[in-house]
Amino acid sequence: MIEPSAEEYSTDNAPPLTPQQAIVNLQSSDLSLRYYAAWWLGKFRVNNPEVVDTLIAALDDEADRTELGGYPLRRNAARALGKLSDNRAVPGLIKCLECSDFYVREAAAQSLEMLGDARAIPALLKLLDGGVAAAIQIPGRPHLIQPYEAVLEALGAIGATVAIDMIQPFLEHPVIRVQCAAARAMYQLTNEPEYGERLVQVLQNSDLKLRRMALSDLGAIGYMKAADTIAIAAVENSFKLIALKGLLEHQLKGEETLTLNDNAIKLMQLMDSLL
Amino acid sequence: MTKELIRAVESADSPALMVAAVQKLARAKDEAAIPTLIAVFGYNNPTAAVAAVAGLVELGYLAVPQLLSQIDDYNYGARAYSIRALSAIADPRAIEILLSAAATDFAPSVRRAAAKGLGNLHWHQLNDQDRPSALSRCLETLLNISTDSDWSIRYAAVVGLQALAKIPDLRSPIQARFKEMLFTDTQKAVCARVQLAQLKV
Repeated sequence: MIEPSAEEYSTDNAPPLTPQQAIVNLQSSDLSLRYYAAWWLGKFRVNNPEVVDTLIAALDDEADRTELGGYPLRRNAARALGKLSDNRAVPGLIKCLECSDFYVREAAAQSLEMLGDARAIPALLKLLDGGVAAAIQIPGRPHLIQPYEAVLEALGAIGATVAIDMIQPFLEHPVIRVQCAAARAMYQLTNEPEYGERLVQVLQNSDLKLRRMALSDLGAIGYMKAADTIAIAAVENSFKLIALKGLLEHQLKGEETLTLNDNAIKLMQLMDSLL
Repeated sequence: MTKELIRAVESADSPALMVAAVQKLARAKDEAAIPTLIAVFGYNNPTAAVAAVAGLVELGYLAVPQLLSQIDDYNYGARAYSIRALSAIADPRAIEILLSAAATDFAPSVRRAAAKGLGNLHWHQLNDQDRPSALSRCLETLLNISTDSDWSIRYAAVVGLQALAKIPDLRSPIQARFKEMLFTDTQKAVCARVQLAQLKV
């Protein structure tokens, strides 16, 4: 589950980089420059073939390692590639799903979700091997053995109906965030309101972070029936606006010329009231 | 009576008690409650803050001087509630604060509330000499922020511009800007809001 990006501060902290310089830095001998450049190219969506090639190459980087054996540059390269909408990155990202570094696997799954390429389905499914029983916390680490949230969301976003039977049990996973990811995917794959309602229920949870997350999930799946509940949820207006924007975009989807249906107008009235 | 209600707000020791106490105080519609209601904006209790905004809006023009003088420069959450209250009351005495909040505040929540308010001020309260320049400054600010990089600011600018287009002299530049936005804005949600505004202008 990607943190919703309702930044209360306008982030105009433009770093002193240009696209040209970032591309150069990506191959610098200074590892920190490479790490930063990979992030920067994704953040500013510098979508040119040379950048994509260089980032794909960085998915195999061996130079930049953490004490725990992590691959910081690979993580940032994987994250950036999701934002550049170039599906040439798909095979490299699929390979990253087998990386020993959890955070590389997570970043790859999140980016594959954004790229929406069905070639990723088998490799994503493999990470669900063993089902809920195997989906346990690694002792001493702040995460489960696989990035289940990202994997479930990716399968939902890609439209992997073949995965439904494997996803459904995760609705009962002990971690609420994993349950939410499963509900989100199940809704996308079946369109059954019961899964949307599960996310709506999380808006009543006592944990603000979970309520924010549920808003972002509802926005991502465009669950229209949640509109009124979203508008009164006990969460900052910025998050509610983003969620309602997601619902609105869902209403506008697939239309060549924008036409405003009643749902779209209702959503905008709710958004206006949150300004 | 109001004193007791104020004391109940000040001594509430749980979020739920706070909400209940603020709602009661807001319902009293007593001028003496104004400072306490404004102070609630800083308590980090959104439900209570929304109730306090409603109470202040109910009091209307009476609440404006204190809302203006007690804006919290160090807490953007509290500031957003003040700007929401001022925008809803629509007293043109708030124009300077709304203009600067819309144009220069660093917090998007504050800017959105100000943008919405700038379109809706009670212009008839201004004298004939002041009105034209006030209107043109509001128009200029809203046109400016309609190009902001944050979609939610552009969205709020459209809401403000739609309201401002009730002034006949301003309609044509606003319509022109709407056309331009439909052509250039990359966010469907913003374009949809422009279309809705066009239906009403």
